[in-house]
Amino acid sequence: MSQNIRLSYAECSARERVSHLLDPGSWHEWLPPSERVSSPHLAQLGVPAAFDDGVVIGRARLAGRPVFIAAQEGEFMGGGVGEVHGAKLVGLLKRARLAPPTERPDAVLLLAESGGVRLHEANAGLIAVSEVMRALLDVRAAGIPVLVLIGGSNGCFGGMGIVARCADHIVMSDLGRLAMSGPEVIEATYGVDEYDSRDRALVWRTSGGKHRWLSGDCDSLVEDDVAAFRRAAIAALDRPKPLDLPSLQAEHQLLSARLKLLPEAKHEIEGDEATLLWSRLGYADAARVPELDVPTLLAMHPQALSQGA
Amino acid sequence: MKQIPAGLEALDYRFAGKTQLGAFAPVLVGVVGSGNLEVLLEPAAGHHCEIHIETSARGFGAIWQAVASDFHRRHDLAGVRVSINDMGATPAVVSLRLDQAVSELLP
Repeated sequence: MSQNIRLSYAECSARERVSHLLDPGSWHEWLPPSERVSSPHLAQLGVPAAFDDGVVIGRARLAGRPVFIAAQEGEFMGGGVGEVHGAKLVGLLKRARLAPPTERPDAVLLLAESGGVRLHEANAGLIAVSEVMRALLDVRAAGIPVLVLIGGSNGCFGGMGIVARCADHIVMSDLGRLAMSGPEVIEATYGVDEYDSRDRALVWRTSGGKHRWLSGDCDSLVEDDVAAFRRAAIAALDRPKPLDLPSLQAEHQLLSARLKLLPEAKHEIEGDEATLLWSRLGYADAARVPELDVPTLLAMHPQALSQGA
Repeated sequence: MKQIPAGLEALDYRFAGKTQLGAFAPVLVGVVGSGNLEVLLEPAAGHHCEIHIETSARGFGAIWQAVASDFHRRHDLAGVRVSINDMGATPAVVSLRLDQAVSELLP
């Protein structure tokens, strides 16, 4: 098998990601398509259902270690979380927490690709997302780390953006995006002068993988390569983060310190805010960030710079 | 003008076939996305190829009939249930997905 051919994570379907990311032959799916556990709501709206409601769940091995996995399919309803889709995520997380010692996973992997709540299913979808958050935090409290992988072209937005930030570890590619409100929502709310959702450079500067890594919102930045995601997930298996009051307070301090890096009034900023933020975070050559490839960007981390100094 | 009501259209076709498939693990290909579809193959008792379609594009029964007949002419399968969720895929895409599903099925 050639080691040189890169398999694009962004171009894979949810099922392809699962089959290429995990140890070959180790995958066992729960509630597979033949069970037809699909949305009871969509047909009433004239929208075809998917046999798996847009999410694949099961168990497998990663570098020989037992893990549970959920993978969202971004091409079906933008990965939107409906009632059944959410219930499958919650069920997987509860099963991880309640598993007997012989079946207990070393981690739960969430291959997130979602615009957030599936608005067709309204309250059922909203409730589902809040249940996912609760279930995820319960899993972490039980000592099982949760890893989120983000690299699909639909990004990870809305409620799923919040879910991702509840996890122990986030791996993103430079193509991945992570945020609460998506670009079109921000534009519709604040106007095109504030945020032009068609400005792809702006969208990636403010929600893309490089920005999230530079500002500390994601833990690993990789290239758009399934093998790179696999390596990053394996490396993150034994690095759970504490889930307690001091760690939460430290996160709040970090966020408020970051907020103070930028002036409050937009007219005080020359150029764009993202580049200014990166330079104030200590990255030399911040203006070149959008054109740098991932290995070059990783090398310019301030820690690496200070080690060299 | 004929009014086509909103909602999904369900279509069913049934062909007598010769290539008996026997037992196999269900196969799923494709995704329910715009202009795309998913195809699920499952074993079924008897000597028929049964095709069930749910589609968001209403009023194209004659074309589905032709695509399903062509599929059966190519493969002549028996003992299989084909289930399709369609979001407006063109006939060529449907035929390719059906062939992809069969290619994953046969060794």
